Amino acid sequence: MEDIHRQAFRDEAADLLAELETALLELEDAPQDSGLVNRIFRAMHTLKGSGAMFGFDDIAQFTHEIETVFDKVRDGLLPVTKPLLDLTFQAKDHVRLLFENDGGDISGYLASGTAILEGFRALAGGGGDHAEAPGAQAGAVPAQEADRERMFRIRFKPRPGIYSTGNNPEYFLEDIKSLGPARVFAHFEDVPPLRELDPQSCHIWWDILLATSSTESAVRDVFMFVEDECDLSVTPMEATCDDKVPMLGEILVERGDISADQIERAVAGQRRLGSILAESGVVAAKSVEAALAEQSIARDRQDSRKSAPEAASSLRVSADKLDRLQDLVGELVIVQAQIKQAAALLGNEAVVNLAEELERLSDDIRDSTLSIRMLPIGSTFSTYRRLVRDLCASLGKEIDLVTTGEDTELDKTVLDRLADALIHLLRNSIDHGIELPAEREAAGKPRKGTIRLQAEHSGGDVVIEVIDDGKGIDPARVRAKALERGLITEHTELSPQKTLELIFLPGFSTAEAVSNVSGRGVGMDVVKGVVESLRGSIALSSELGRGSRVTVRLPLTLAIIEGLQVRVGDQGYVLPLELVEECVELDKQDLEVCTRKRIVNLRGQVVPYISLREWFSFPGPVPSIEQVVILGMNGQRVGLVVDNVVGEHQTVIKSLGPVFRKLDGFSGATIQGDGSMSLILDVKRIVDMALEQAGRESER
Amino acid sequence: MKTIMTVDDSASVRQMVAFTLKNAGYSVIEASDGKDALSKIGAKVDMVITDLNMPNMDGISLIKALRAMPACKFIPIIMLTTESQAGRKQEGKDAGATGWIVKPFKPEQLLSVVQKVLR
Repeated sequence: MEDIHRQAFRDEAADLLAELETALLELEDAPQDSGLVNRIFRAMHTLKGSGAMFGFDDIAQFTHEIETVFDKVRDGLLPVTKPLLDLTFQAKDHVRLLFENDGGDISGYLASGTAILEGFRALAGGGGDHAEAPGAQAGAVPAQEADRERMFRIRFKPRPGIYSTGNNPEYFLEDIKSLGPARVFAHFEDVPPLRELDPQSCHIWWDILLATSSTESAVRDVFMFVEDECDLSVTPMEATCDDKVPMLGEILVERGDISADQIERAVAGQRRLGSILAESGVVAAKSVEAALAEQSIARDRQDSRKSAPEAASSLRVSADKLDRLQDLVGELVIVQAQIKQAAALLGNEAVVNLAEELERLSDDIRDSTLSIRMLPIGSTFSTYRRLVRDLCASLGKEIDLVTTGEDTELDKTVLDRLADALIHLLRNSIDHGIELPAEREAAGKPRKGTIRLQAEHSGGDVVIEVIDDGKGIDPARVRAKALERGLITEHTELSPQKTLELIFLPGFSTAEAVSNVSGRGVGMDVVKGVVESLRGSIALSSELGRGSRVTVRLPLTLAIIEGLQVRVGDQGYVLPLELVEECVELDKQDLEVCTRKRIVNLRGQVVPYISLREWFSFPGPVPSIEQVVILGMNGQRVGLVVDNVVGEHQTVIKSLGPVFRKLDGFSGATIQGDGSMSLILDVKRIVDMALEQAGRESER
Repeated sequence: MKTIMTVDDSASVRQMVAFTLKNAGYSVIEASDGKDALSKIGAKVDMVITDLNMPNMDGISLIKALRAMPACKFIPIIMLTTESQAGRKQEGKDAGATGWIVKPFKPEQLLSVVQKVLR
């Protein structure tokens, strides 16, 4: 148990003891006051209950007996007398001594404690149930035969009113399934006709067959909360599952659904037993179906015993092999695209069909291969918990780290490279974001700060956010610091948001002093660099006094994207399909009106556009018809004007060589179906650059 | 995120329950007794964990009051019982409690019960 809880309980116990003393003193003056007796009972009760919970077993044991006595006083079975009060005062002092000497040697007090308890027992007339000590929970289930698999037949028939106790039968079924392979049959026979149906009642009941290595009591424990409010039978099926597959009739008889006589008579008809039984109405069709399934489970089990031992459920494979596999899949996807294109050219229907089949298969192979590399981000979250704990201790801060979305999956490569960046973001929040407990209280916030680390899927991206409820980032201080560092000049005018983003510039740090926590020379610029190298983006928002939020968006995987292939002149380009909203034809008339403004009218909405032909300074005449690809980015729409749109295309990303790596606006290259190369556009970057350029132009 | 209300007059139990649940990703509302709980139940509470012995309004009355509210008619309500006496437990079940945890309990036990009834 963590020490903070023990300490909290110790503080509370001091209050309780003081309360106890007050109540006792008042009770001395007004022995008939049942309210006071109640207060004393409650104080003892809490000392006992919470004491046992936080590891003060001796105190719990001691107060349990006194509580028992006061329970009797409360019920009027014992009078309030002077000896009782004296003893209770002594008991209270004894408890205080126990607290003060917690962890130390208490052997000296044991005798006096026993004497006090003897006194109470004498008062209670020896009738106390002191044999039952608190904390003595139901005995552990004997572990015998725990790991041998066996079968249970479970019949679960909840009372109609089960929902109004907040229990959900569905959860019980889920829990049963978690114990092992199970077959569940719902019985709908008791569901009344619609006009008599009470939707708040449960009319369905279930037969379940479960193969599990758990014990019968573990199976029963699933129904622990409703055991008294339902018809429940759990029957182990020992003999039947090992030797021979039971006959349907035997099962039904064993279940008590039918008698042996009835079967004999039915069998005389010489048809399939199940249909005979159901038709003749001696047993419900559902019961037959359930019994048949039981038979088939038993058969399956027998079959599986005959086959070789089960294969291991997971394998360890070196990451190198996976990388190699991924490369191969990449090549396969390229070849597949080539085949598809060649098939389309040939126009032979059989070949086209084969090419489509191949496409479907290679899509599946690609998805499975990529999913092998996916890891839940939660695997790294646990290390952060430790980090937060240690940093809090060294900085004297109190912080809860709340994580959500642990099962969000990310490519292992992304995860590995992201780990340090996330640690840095957390450090920033702990060091610069969350205030000291005293400061927080002064600001009217809870002493304990909260940092949320959350991950979720959003479209084709994974969004990871670090949110703290600390003091936020002061744009004025950011500006002052940026001025000091010479990152901006006096005359630079920036919106508050743009000011915040100065933090991402190299060589920026807002910490007053370089602390050993975040001042390690790794700045937000490095974090930004890491995120961008993963084809992701990072954004920062902050509210002064309320906290700040860093949002990191990352693509699901680095290797393959769905792309939209476009052409400008004789050059092909690929745009990430996830950003594409629609493609429209560029209306020349619109164009002429607003040539200089570079705006298209999209169903009444004004959308700015960038002409790739202009952007890449393509020579030659502008074709008569151009297309606009409308992209959605951060809630805004931007158009890219291209010569024509070729189509959707699996795009295997190949990184550019070292010479071209510094080129802005490209995130890589890919090989097309016809063997030619296309550049993959980093449209977010291009839009940013276009905005900067437009900004400079308008300044002039 | 699911919201759980913990109702207990013992601040240390409340703290322990809240701490455990928050670490497990739940959001937690704390209340010190039945009255306090009813005044805070407000918006959206997905589950209630309540002690039975409390001043002002005890756990049994709280459970009855909650079950009478349309919004809380079907939510899981778990009672904390120190008393291993069957009487109180039965009283709680009759009032509409979903289940119970016998004090003292460990954080893992608390979580396993929460996961049993709240999904």
